[in-house]
Amino acid sequence: MDYSRVLSRTVTGLKKSGIRKFFDLLGDMKDVVSLTVGQPDFVTPWHIREAGIESLEKGKTYYTSNAGLPALRTEICRYMARRFGLAYEPDETVVTVGGSEAIDLCIRALVEPGDEVIVPVPSFVCYEPIARMTGGVPVLLQTRAEDGFKLRPDDLKKALTPRTKLLVLPYPNNPTGAILTREELAEIADVLRDTDVMVLSDEIYAEMTYGRAHVSLASLPDMKERTVVVNGFSKAYAMTGWRLGWAVGPKPVIEQMLKIHQYAIMCAPTTSQMAAVEALSNGDADIAAMVAEYDRRRRYIHSGLTAIGLDAMLPEGAFYIYPRVGDFGLSGDAFCERLLYDYKCAIVPGSAFGAGGEDFARISYAYSVKHIAEALTRIEAFVKTLKK
Amino acid sequence: MDNILKLLEDDATLTPRDIAAMCGQSEADVKKAIDGYEKEGVILGYKTLVDWDKTEREYVSALIEVKITPQRDRGFDRVAEKIYNYPEVKSLYLMSGGFDLCVLIEGKTMKEVAYFVAQKLATVEDVISTATHFVLRKYKDKGVIYAAPEPDERGNCN
Repeated sequence: MDYSRVLSRTVTGLKKSGIRKFFDLLGDMKDVVSLTVGQPDFVTPWHIREAGIESLEKGKTYYTSNAGLPALRTEICRYMARRFGLAYEPDETVVTVGGSEAIDLCIRALVEPGDEVIVPVPSFVCYEPIARMTGGVPVLLQTRAEDGFKLRPDDLKKALTPRTKLLVLPYPNNPTGAILTREELAEIADVLRDTDVMVLSDEIYAEMTYGRAHVSLASLPDMKERTVVVNGFSKAYAMTGWRLGWAVGPKPVIEQMLKIHQYAIMCAPTTSQMAAVEALSNGDADIAAMVAEYDRRRRYIHSGLTAIGLDAMLPEGAFYIYPRVGDFGLSGDAFCERLLYDYKCAIVPGSAFGAGGEDFARISYAYSVKHIAEALTRIEAFVKTLKK
Repeated sequence: MDNILKLLEDDATLTPRDIAAMCGQSEADVKKAIDGYEKEGVILGYKTLVDWDKTEREYVSALIEVKITPQRDRGFDRVAEKIYNYPEVKSLYLMSGGFDLCVLIEGKTMKEVAYFVAQKLATVEDVISTATHFVLRKYKDKGVIYAAPEPDERGNCN
């Protein structure tokens, strides 16, 4: 069979994820100290795991309603109010298979062929391909190191056209660690206010901010009506493997997202939803403890990289640091490959996160301090052999 | 400053430089703070958690409940002092509830521990009774689970 004749051209036309490409290089290499993963090194707190186990013991192995357990949707509303001052009703929520599904639902529910989707880059790898699969036209908006990788309102304004349907707002940002403050969001809100542009605010790292609390665009005047907020349990509660997230937003949008979810997924895993009720009801202290630990590692790795001579902004969110590695006559890709092959240390080249990342690398600090220290030793040994 | 204590409690091998980086303070300030804690007796020592069961060394530990008659004016302190001065005694706590002192002791063999209780502990003046409980297995101590570290199995997804 000639599969090239049967496969969807939209899908075969998608690029393989740049992250994947690098991990294929990593393969089965032995003794590599890796700072690559984008997930917590903590285990899901015991009381949350226990709630999942208990639900299995009690035989709660059925589907839930499509949109999710009523108790969970209520807890999500309470959480959004408690942490971000946002008032949502349970019927403005949908429980999804990770934040990823919520992103997919949101884009599919809004974007039609020819619609433009503005995606600030560098950012997580999924927005552009999902937009393409709906026939949308991704418009990549470069953010810059000198702006701390924040989306500039004037850049956004210039990118708006009559075809602009959706703005993706990926903050706190993977891979740069950038956040947007209330003042910065207010300027973006000013650009959006008199338009019909919708916003997909990917706030999966909302709990991972350091020194100041996360602000959601939806909490700014006139923004709630145009914003779908995506969040999830993976990062905040160290629950990546449970595959559970949610979206909240205007009811007319959520209703359509729910339709797609109903046909494609039916409902998010029941065991995970049971555990998630416990997480939202009794997990605030767990988050605080984990964030305090990330904060120490964040400062530690920033000070280590600076001492080695790699420029990096002190990240204000997520658990990544994004140093400039392109000052040695090597591209970011070449830097990361040589670091991997010659010094057995793995970090992800910035090119994996979209155009403009060629001179950077993403380093995850979701690792123990000892592990980070060993990686820093290897990076230092490598950098010493290079000349600025 | 609590931050420094918390960090050192979890990992005493951290250097002042590491701690300074993590807390966003200067190395000199951290050193000064640690010196202060040591002088005030807030920090009393630095030790390593060893799982002796994984070594060749013979090792047994026991928890002993001790009931005593408190002494006039000096309460339990004088008896406690007599007991904690034995090097075999690793920990000693004054307890609420059904007994007075909780003694944690270590020895090479059960016999050695039993001998210590019978010959030394039980004969201390004002000790009324003892009950010895041998530790069969340590699952967790000082917040650390006694198991081999698990390999990092996290997948590279994003």
